[in-house]
Amino acid sequence: MKNPVIGVYVCHCGSNIGSVVNVPEVVEFAKGLPNVAVAREHKYMCSDPGQDVIKKDIKELGLNRVVVASCSPLMHEHTFRKACESAGLNPYYFQMANIREQVSWVTTDKVRATEKAKVVLVGAVNRVVEHDPLFVKSVPVTPATLVIGGGVAGIEAALQVAASHTQVHLVEKEPSLGGHMARFDKTFPTLDCAACILTPKMVQANTNPFIKVHAYSEVIEVSGYVGNFTVKIRHKASYVNNDKCTGCGVCITKCPERGIPAEFESGLGNRPVYVAPDAPQHGKKPKDTFGKRPAIYTPFAQAVPNKPVIDRDNCRYYTTGKCRVCEKMCEPGAIDFDQKDWIEEIQVGNIIVATGMKTFDPTPMKNLGYGRIPDVYTGLEFERICHSSGPTEGQILTWKKESPKAIAIVHCVGSRDDKHHRHCSRVCCMYSLKYAHLIKEKLHNCEVYEFYIDMRCFGKGYEEFYSRLLQEDVRFVRGRVAEVSDWGIYPEEKGRLVVRVEDTLAAQVRRIPVDMVILSTALEPAENADHLKHTLHMSCSSDLFYLERHPKLAPVSTATDGIYIAGACQGPKDIPDSVAQAGAAAAQAIGMIKRGVVEIEPTTAHIEESMCTGCQICIPLCPYTAIRRNEEKRIAYIEGALCKGCGTCVGACPSGAAQQWGFDDRQIYREIEGVLAAK
Amino acid sequence: MEPFEPRVVAFLCNWCSYTGADLAGTSRKKYPTNLLPIRVMCSGRVDPEFILKAFREGADGVIILGCHPGDCHYINGNHKTLGRFPILKKLVQQFGIHPDRLRLEWVSASEGDRYAVVVAEMTEQVRKLGPLRWNTRIKETVAASAAGGE
Ligand SMILES: Cc1cc2nc3c(=O)[nH]c(=O)nc-3n(C[C@H](O)[C@H](O)[C@H](O)COP(=O)(O)OP(=O)(O)OC[C@H]3O[C@@H](n4cnc5c(N)ncnc54)[C@H](O)[C@@H]3O)c2cc1C
Ligand code: FES
Repeated sequence: MKNPVIGVYVCHCGSNIGSVVNVPEVVEFAKGLPNVAVAREHKYMCSDPGQDVIKKDIKELGLNRVVVASCSPLMHEHTFRKACESAGLNPYYFQMANIREQVSWVTTDKVRATEKAKVVLVGAVNRVVEHDPLFVKSVPVTPATLVIGGGVAGIEAALQVAASHTQVHLVEKEPSLGGHMARFDKTFPTLDCAACILTPKMVQANTNPFIKVHAYSEVIEVSGYVGNFTVKIRHKASYVNNDKCTGCGVCITKCPERGIPAEFESGLGNRPVYVAPDAPQHGKKPKDTFGKRPAIYTPFAQAVPNKPVIDRDNCRYYTTGKCRVCEKMCEPGAIDFDQKDWIEEIQVGNIIVATGMKTFDPTPMKNLGYGRIPDVYTGLEFERICHSSGPTEGQILTWKKESPKAIAIVHCVGSRDDKHHRHCSRVCCMYSLKYAHLIKEKLHNCEVYEFYIDMRCFGKGYEEFYSRLLQEDVRFVRGRVAEVSDWGIYPEEKGRLVVRVEDTLAAQVRRIPVDMVILSTALEPAENADHLKHTLHMSCSSDLFYLERHPKLAPVSTATDGIYIAGACQGPKDIPDSVAQAGAAAAQAIGMIKRGVVEIEPTTAHIEESMCTGCQICIPLCPYTAIRRNEEKRIAYIEGALCKGCGTCVGACPSGAAQQWGFDDRQIYREIEGVLAAK
Repeated sequence: MEPFEPRVVAFLCNWCSYTGADLAGTSRKKYPTNLLPIRVMCSGRVDPEFILKAFREGADGVIILGCHPGDCHYINGNHKTLGRFPILKKLVQQFGIHPDRLRLEWVSASEGDRYAVVVAEMTEQVRKLGPLRWNTRIKETVAASAAGGE
């Protein structure tokens, strides 16, 4: 190895570092460190002029190692490695010292900050001496993309990627595409009909020759790495042979089991039926079909793909052994009671996750009466009540099938609440306004109250929509609702619901009688979000939505290359933002496919043959089964392409034979010595 | 005499804890400067030798920070760390080091607040135990036993 000639560059980062760390002092200190040929400071090292300083020094002073003390390596390591490379130095002869995120931003003590900056810098200078030149490997990209989740975001992403004429696999766990949007009647702020804008997209996705829709399916396993993922998809048995099924729907109409609460009706089917006290007691009870579906069903009439599935848990044939009515009725003979779940394996280069969200269950908030008082609904339920193909065919009726005279809409249920979710769910103010409008449209004389904390109408045209509602005779009451009860005191409250609230603008506690209450519940991560997180090794932010690589500059990337997120799985979001993110994620996937190759980090593990004793401790430790035994030589070896570079085998190897490029024992030892060198 | 400022070497996994530590910075959390972070790709990479090395070089404490169990970027590297940890505690004890000088914590990428709390706690924990000076006290004896001590 040539003698190390190190250049040290300390960044002010405007005043981010410079106002806390005494940068000139650190630079002077660096000049005195062994092997350091030059130490300089710069206002912004990451800027082009900053990088040029490094490049110039490499060329003119013959530097063969570079250390930059600035922000986190997660931020700019790549930038500086590229700068080194462009000046002819192997990019791995570079080391970064994080003196912003982990020094200047986390203390106000200037003296100690400066000390810590020096210590961290010594660690880096010490370490870089031991660095080896490493070379990134390029591997070809499989020109196919997996999209998980068939909501509006997933559909959009799939269509966008397919527009580049490359293969897309769209996996949706429900029998139909559509996600939440398929349940809506109108969408804010333009009030376009949700089905009119979504159904054509669903059909396009299903008929596009480049998109393979895997409905009623789930991703169960993902292995491989960016550009080359192997994905296992479980197709749930639907007991219907999709090749034979024509989608005529006879089976659905003939199924004798009709009392299963429909998932699509958002739980409306779980409510008990209202029986008037004076109703005749004799005779057969009328069939309750409110919000219910048969055992063989499609979630909704415009389902795509239009193939029914049998709900095994509720099907009479499976529960009692008798029935098979659908089979008898099905002319093409598509019913197949022997169908089993089956697993398909596919190869893809990119994965776009668009698994959306679910809504908060307000049952635990006892004061709001949900689940106890039948006329308290969630927003999603009201969406179905308003919908012309919902169980009331769009008529807004109370539980007793009466027209309400007053309706309360309660904002921020479960959102902005330390007991439940601290985040703002972003769409609730707007859909609450949408409901107010829809109610006024259908029931001119109905009083509508909006109980809000703050109105958050942030999007394009949203504030205007709010202003419009202010003109529509909707009553806005600023205050968090304390209680919804069915316990009237005053004559006008008898037999109705009472909303108790502190009206913070009028500075008084009010009791407002209404006939129906809509809870605008929070958006929270989808049902199985945590499971998928583990399957794909993603991270979550503190609100448990998937974490993006950078909140501003990489909002659809994740920490894992080749895996992107779009839509409400990343955080509460309206449809325009979900669609925009879907496009952004698609662009990333297409970009990689177009490039054709990906670069693989060379920081993988390897085994020094001469030192391996063949003890085999490392073999079971490897999470990727990348370590094999060479029976002939009686030692271990690592399958390079499978290793992802965690270093677990390296940490465990008792003879020091397993090493990790870029993180080998020598390098870490020197860093430890460095950070502890002072005193 | 100057007050005792402990020096704690911290091994942070790249994906959760290092990111979490960065988040503490981005959210401008304040915490003591006594922690000396060293980035590794996974907590599973932390070789028992690193810990002894750190104590030998003069650290008063060592902390390993990784992803929460189940969240490791490399599936289960942190389970290996977790499995090793009781043995590591015993090991340092046998070398005459108080086991509270060694700690294992899980900090996720979103737990900037928690990172700041853990740093403050660990600093205080080690401050109470006082300076270790393991290197100066028993350097020779230990160098011999550490080499054969695995
Ligand atoms: C009551 C209510 C009213 C709203 N009204 C409006 C409005 O008027 N205008 C507006 O702009 N926005 C509105 N929104 C917001 C809107 O619903 C979201 O912006 C939108 O649904 C986000 O789309 P998405 O595709 O990201 O998620 P989703 O619509 O949630 O779709 C996710 C899809 O992924 C599937 N999935 C989940 N997990 C998996 C898995 N593991 N494997 C396979 N598939 C999976 C789901 O089944 C679902 O089909 C409203 C939201 C609510 C709750
Ligand atoms: S990557 Fe964080 S512990 Fe393995």
